[in-house]
Amino acid sequence: MNAPEVEVVETDLLILGGGMAGCGAAYEAGYWGRARGLRTTIVEKAAVERSGAVAMGLSAINCYMGMRWGENQPEDFVRYVRQDLMGLCREDLVYDIARHVDASVHQFEEWGLPIFKNEDGRYKREGRWQIMIHGESYKPIVAEAAKGAIGPENVYERIFVSHVLKDPGTGRASGAIGFSVRENKIFVFKARAVISSAGGATGVFRPHAVGEGLGRIWYAPWNTGSAYSLMIKAGATMTQMEHRLVVTRFKDGYGPVGMWFLLFKGKVKNAYGELYEETQAAALDEFPPYGAARPIPTPLRNHQMLRDQAQGRGPHYMRTDEALQARTAGLDPKAIREIESDAWEDFLDMTMSQALLWASNNIDPAVDPSELVLTEPYLMGSHSSATGAWVSGPEDLSPPDYFWGYNRMTTVPGLFAAGDGVGGSAHKFSSGSYAEGRLAAKGAIAYITDNPDRPRVDDEQVQGIVQELFQPYRVFEENQGASTSAAVNPNYFDPKQGLLRLQKVMDEYVAGLSAKYITNEPTLQRGLQLLGLFKEDMGQVAARDRHELLRCWELWDRIWCAEAHARHILFRKETRWPGYYYRGDYPKLDDENWKVFVNSRYDAQTGEWALATEPHHSIVP
Amino acid sequence: MPTYVNPDKCDGCKALDKPACAYICPNDLMVLDTALGKAFNQEPDQCWECYSCVKTCPQSAIAMRGYSDVMPLGASLTPLRGTESIMWTVQYRDKRVKRFKFPIRTTPWGTIDPFAGMPDPDISRIKDPHLAGEDVWLGVDRLPVAEGMVS
Repeated sequence: MNAPEVEVVETDLLILGGGMAGCGAAYEAGYWGRARGLRTTIVEKAAVERSGAVAMGLSAINCYMGMRWGENQPEDFVRYVRQDLMGLCREDLVYDIARHVDASVHQFEEWGLPIFKNEDGRYKREGRWQIMIHGESYKPIVAEAAKGAIGPENVYERIFVSHVLKDPGTGRASGAIGFSVRENKIFVFKARAVISSAGGATGVFRPHAVGEGLGRIWYAPWNTGSAYSLMIKAGATMTQMEHRLVVTRFKDGYGPVGMWFLLFKGKVKNAYGELYEETQAAALDEFPPYGAARPIPTPLRNHQMLRDQAQGRGPHYMRTDEALQARTAGLDPKAIREIESDAWEDFLDMTMSQALLWASNNIDPAVDPSELVLTEPYLMGSHSSATGAWVSGPEDLSPPDYFWGYNRMTTVPGLFAAGDGVGGSAHKFSSGSYAEGRLAAKGAIAYITDNPDRPRVDDEQVQGIVQELFQPYRVFEENQGASTSAAVNPNYFDPKQGLLRLQKVMDEYVAGLSAKYITNEPTLQRGLQLLGLFKEDMGQVAARDRHELLRCWELWDRIWCAEAHARHILFRKETRWPGYYYRGDYPKLDDENWKVFVNSRYDAQTGEWALATEPHHSIVP
Repeated sequence: MPTYVNPDKCDGCKALDKPACAYICPNDLMVLDTALGKAFNQEPDQCWECYSCVKTCPQSAIAMRGYSDVMPLGASLTPLRGTESIMWTVQYRDKRVKRFKFPIRTTPWGTIDPFAGMPDPDISRIKDPHLAGEDVWLGVDRLPVAEGMVS
């Protein structure tokens, strides 16, 4: 391998990841940056037009208040989110998303996103917070606006960013480093502030399908947890890394269930035609006061279904047949056809494989029910889970200990977060992640305005990382002669086997699918031991080409997420989210001692993790 | 259902500076076999079936074959994406066929003016809670603030 060319890019604001949060950040920075002649640069490992979790499209925008029609107010949303998260969320952050999100959705419509309307002109709602869209081109539309806002020359694609750089004197974020996935080149970005808007983590746990279907998981397989690993390695304080998301979805295709529950009023019944929320009603009583809340919090609904399965009452079916028959009874063929079309579009806009699965199994949803399943766990901060960085809230909303100068700034000066990367601020989905990117960018421009000096990039640190980045190439080149097979070699392993090794440990020891989401202290300790051995072995991961080099570094992302997740679960001595995971040794929810955030910080100098609790403050009565 | 490429249709996007599928794939899967001059999926078990490459291929050379460890054989799902709408053809294993058409965009591509109708930025407002253009776009008179804050 020839020595790579190193390109240095000087910018003012650097955005890492061009998904919904990154595009929101670019939009806002493009506006405010003009006042000061500031340059904003976005770096993306794929193509912004189809990157991030919304690449495939969406059939709904799941976070929209409708304040202009008096439908919901931000405090209503905070109460809903707080309850769904079993009492724990950063209410200042959630409120902030809610009060801003509508403006962004209105702009999406102006730009060309088709939104379903009622006869009175209001957006058609699927549920209290959800509106229906024709969202096949949601991401390309949002990407077009983002590129226009900062100038297409400031969009750097097919570059995988591996490390945030920091000024060695002040500890302030000073840029980032990464490698091209297309040519033999390393990029050093020098900036005055950095936003981590990369994605949450999939592929940390073993999924249901492990052959060719390994990639057919619910959340995007290219979301490898960069949002977290970049910030963990930079020494940012992380929160709620023990939190996770396990969702109920249509089996094997992972198609969305929201429309079926909320719009079509579909019921889920077990194999014996019983409603599991009735057969397992008593399961809610074990987790007061949240078990009495309506709607039932997401983890508790999982908990009820798991109980029903454990009692031998599965499979569980979404009764699409009953729902559609009830909805279409007495309607003319044209109206029936429209309802059928809406039902299929829900999959065809965002989870096409579920439509193919119906076709390949000869399932007609108007006649046949469809099986549901609980997924493997994901780490994310934008859905019904709140994993991510501990960030400052907005000055006018946040209690003093939740505010340190700039909205969405992490505990590393000049390093901001948005989207899946922000902890405690759940249920923002696509639109709220976009709005949060905008909030982070405005905070970052304010930070640059107050701190106009350019932080230092340490050349020695850069050289060290350059060496480290291409290590997997050297491992392959230096050891390939030790075996007649490229696949089996005594001195290296490939990143795919590494991924499967990580998934096996997490599945078995950190409350994955095969462990029925259960773990305890001794099991976690053994899991951490195995993760430690794996991290040591990662010095022997090998890459034969640039694609495998990308996979090696994505594997590192996932390992950092896995370790943080295991350490946090070990620290929180209770079962806060039954149905997401269970501490078998602490099976109860313990509000008296654990209605607090669990925060961690990794010290790169010592290699030690420090965990502590932070108080939960309520701002909405 | 990973992607596969029909060798009779794929021309390696010779007319473009790079193959459209390799440009768009969010997971770095589609690559050009330089010896054959045709594209292929280099890591099928990391395919999310997002159809980005299928929709963008100028030759309609890319299709899906259901995951062989999950899906019964014989069905197909084929998009035809235009500038304003997308048409889907669903063919069942038992040969039933359904067709659906959905709008995808209400404005011409490439026409977004990101800050149209918005005033020039006023840097003195950089620390107030309002985002760019919210006076125009929020749809309510006043940005809400939390009442009765407890800290």
